Amino acid sequence: MDEQLKVKTMQEFMAEGKQPEILFWVGSAGSYDDRAKKISRAFVKLLNRANVDFAVLGQEESSTGDVAKRAGNEFLFQMQAMMNIELLNGYEIKRIVTCDPHSFNTLKNEYPGLGGTYEVVHHTQYLKELLDQGRLTLKGETYKGKRITFHDPCYLGRANSVYEAPREVLTKTNAALVEMKRHKKTALCCGAGGAQMFKEPEKGDMDINVLRTKDALETNPDIIATGCPYCNTMMTDGIKAHEKEERVTVLDVAELLANSI
Amino acid sequence: MEYLPNIVFAIALALGIGFFVRNVKKLIRNIKLGKKVDVGDNKPQRWKNMAKIALGQTKMVVRPIAGLMHIIVYVGFIIINIEVLEIILDGILGTHRLFSPIGQLYDVLIGSFEILAFLVIVAVTVFWVRRNIIKLQRFIKPEMKGWPKKDGNMILYIEFVLMVLFLTMNAADFQLQQMGADHYVQAGAFPISQFITPLFEGLSVPTLIFIERTAWWLHILGILTFLNYLYYSKHLHILLAFPNTYYGKLRPQGQFNNLESVTNEVKLMMDPNADPFAAPADPNAAAPEKFGASDVMDLNWVQLLNAYTCTECGRCTSECPANQTGKKLSPRKIMMDTRDRLEEVGKNMEANKGEFVSDGKQLLDDYISREELWACTTCNACVQACPVSIDPLSIIVEMRRYLVMEQSAAPMELNNMMSNIENNGAPWPYNQMDRLNWVNE
Repeated sequence: MDEQLKVKTMQEFMAEGKQPEILFWVGSAGSYDDRAKKISRAFVKLLNRANVDFAVLGQEESSTGDVAKRAGNEFLFQMQAMMNIELLNGYEIKRIVTCDPHSFNTLKNEYPGLGGTYEVVHHTQYLKELLDQGRLTLKGETYKGKRITFHDPCYLGRANSVYEAPREVLTKTNAALVEMKRHKKTALCCGAGGAQMFKEPEKGDMDINVLRTKDALETNPDIIATGCPYCNTMMTDGIKAHEKEERVTVLDVAELLANSI
Repeated sequence: MEYLPNIVFAIALALGIGFFVRNVKKLIRNIKLGKKVDVGDNKPQRWKNMAKIALGQTKMVVRPIAGLMHIIVYVGFIIINIEVLEIILDGILGTHRLFSPIGQLYDVLIGSFEILAFLVIVAVTVFWVRRNIIKLQRFIKPEMKGWPKKDGNMILYIEFVLMVLFLTMNAADFQLQQMGADHYVQAGAFPISQFITPLFEGLSVPTLIFIERTAWWLHILGILTFLNYLYYSKHLHILLAFPNTYYGKLRPQGQFNNLESVTNEVKLMMDPNADPFAAPADPNAAAPEKFGASDVMDLNWVQLLNAYTCTECGRCTSECPANQTGKKLSPRKIMMDTRDRLEEVGKNMEANKGEFVSDGKQLLDDYISREELWACTTCNACVQACPVSIDPLSIIVEMRRYLVMEQSAAPMELNNMMSNIENNGAPWPYNQMDRLNWVNE
């Protein structure tokens, strides 16, 4: 552990009779997955640096149900959603930020119909906001001149048309942003969506993540930037399949920024 | 006998349009087999989408070559219809080139029809070469074997022949005009068919009239036949692209609908005061809705309209990550299967006095396999790629819902994932109490 993070739960805010600026929805991956936990930590490091008064739900947080919904289990999804909504509404949450585009999508688009309406932003959008407001400043040395290619997560890009925030934020690291042939609207999926993360792929002649990392490697990058914990896993595995893990690293936008302050 | 051609023409026209109307009625009947869905919202945006996507072809030009060629055929199709109007009126009234008194404008019109007809011939030839010589990947996928391949070529042949007939008719007409034949008024400009005219030199007036009349008749009869071919082919998109883009999804692509029937049950389950054994409040209430879709009647009518609108261009399939990596899933096949099954259900109803009698078949398994459904990453690439706002993903999800909620037939790994969520609120088997451990690791 490199640095003590300051993280307060909603319960603690309640006990103090205060409301946070924003709720950080950590998500199941960000809470339990070893790789994704580093992303959560990097993001919090940035929030701490910018003195953001944020809260997490901690042990009270539960799966958004997104992955159950994509798998077809609408029951489980709505059970999860209604439990979470009860909790969020109880705490009078107004604004949510998350590092997971899948949580982002379902909280933003699918929860309102079940009684949970919040302003939901992706962490790349929130980081852009902090940079624009000058609450967060980058030194811009670490990645100066490095070739970074950004892989659009389906549920951030196509699903919700957020293309610019992650790119603008990355540009601030002084890295050289290079685009894959298929990017933004035509970006290829990493292969994890639609509950594929949790099962073996169907029979085929290649794994989707291997194909997508091929796209990325064609840009001859130093770093593949992601904005989704699942994409991160898939791209990391893809790089290994291409035996390029010595040359190319896969990092979340939050990690790139956390290394630049 | 003088009016015989007029009468024959009127009968042909009535038959052509009559059959077409009959097929349109079948089409509407079949689409209405779908469930109701609320698409009455945000009309201004819907009109805008139709104008942009269908009329303006904005998504066609994402692929520039096919897009440009398509625009030529599309514009040709619409503009040349003005000429068809003249032909129909001539046919009924026994006139010749009824619109010619408008003078110079007529020359401009006929001239531009000719140029468009020529461009259509070029475009159709390019399309044919792409399908049959270059064999573009998306046109030789497994679902394109047999009838779909023939159908695609047939449409190109018909369009080619119609344009050739149109130009032949004009060429013979032009020659007759120059020879000062009776009835053939000096009218029109012939920038393209003037190059065919030399072939007719030395032919007698009666022979030329025979050629001109034959081309005229075959052209209009061909159009009426083509109109009726639409229903049996993949080509309905020339009409349905308009309603389909109007009713297309307006919400963000990532937003899936929340099933209302589920909401009601979940609310009941979460209500501490609810009596789970209570009799339904209304004993006449309909049986509980089936969750998800196993057949076409379980889909909503916009999804069925989608199926009829699909023209099998395969842009969805060529963008699909599962398909690109050799999986069986092809979003185009999902749409073709839905349409074919819907047609089968429609025919079944016709054979059984308008009532569907179970044929032991359904969309699931008999048309779409589970392997295809589980290969989807829900990435929306297919939805994004469709030039006419078709949503294959919504059908895939609806069918997954049936598999999971009605049959508990998800792949084992997914069942594990779901029981983890039920038991500890995460797709992995970790303790809920450890959710905040990442802070201190």
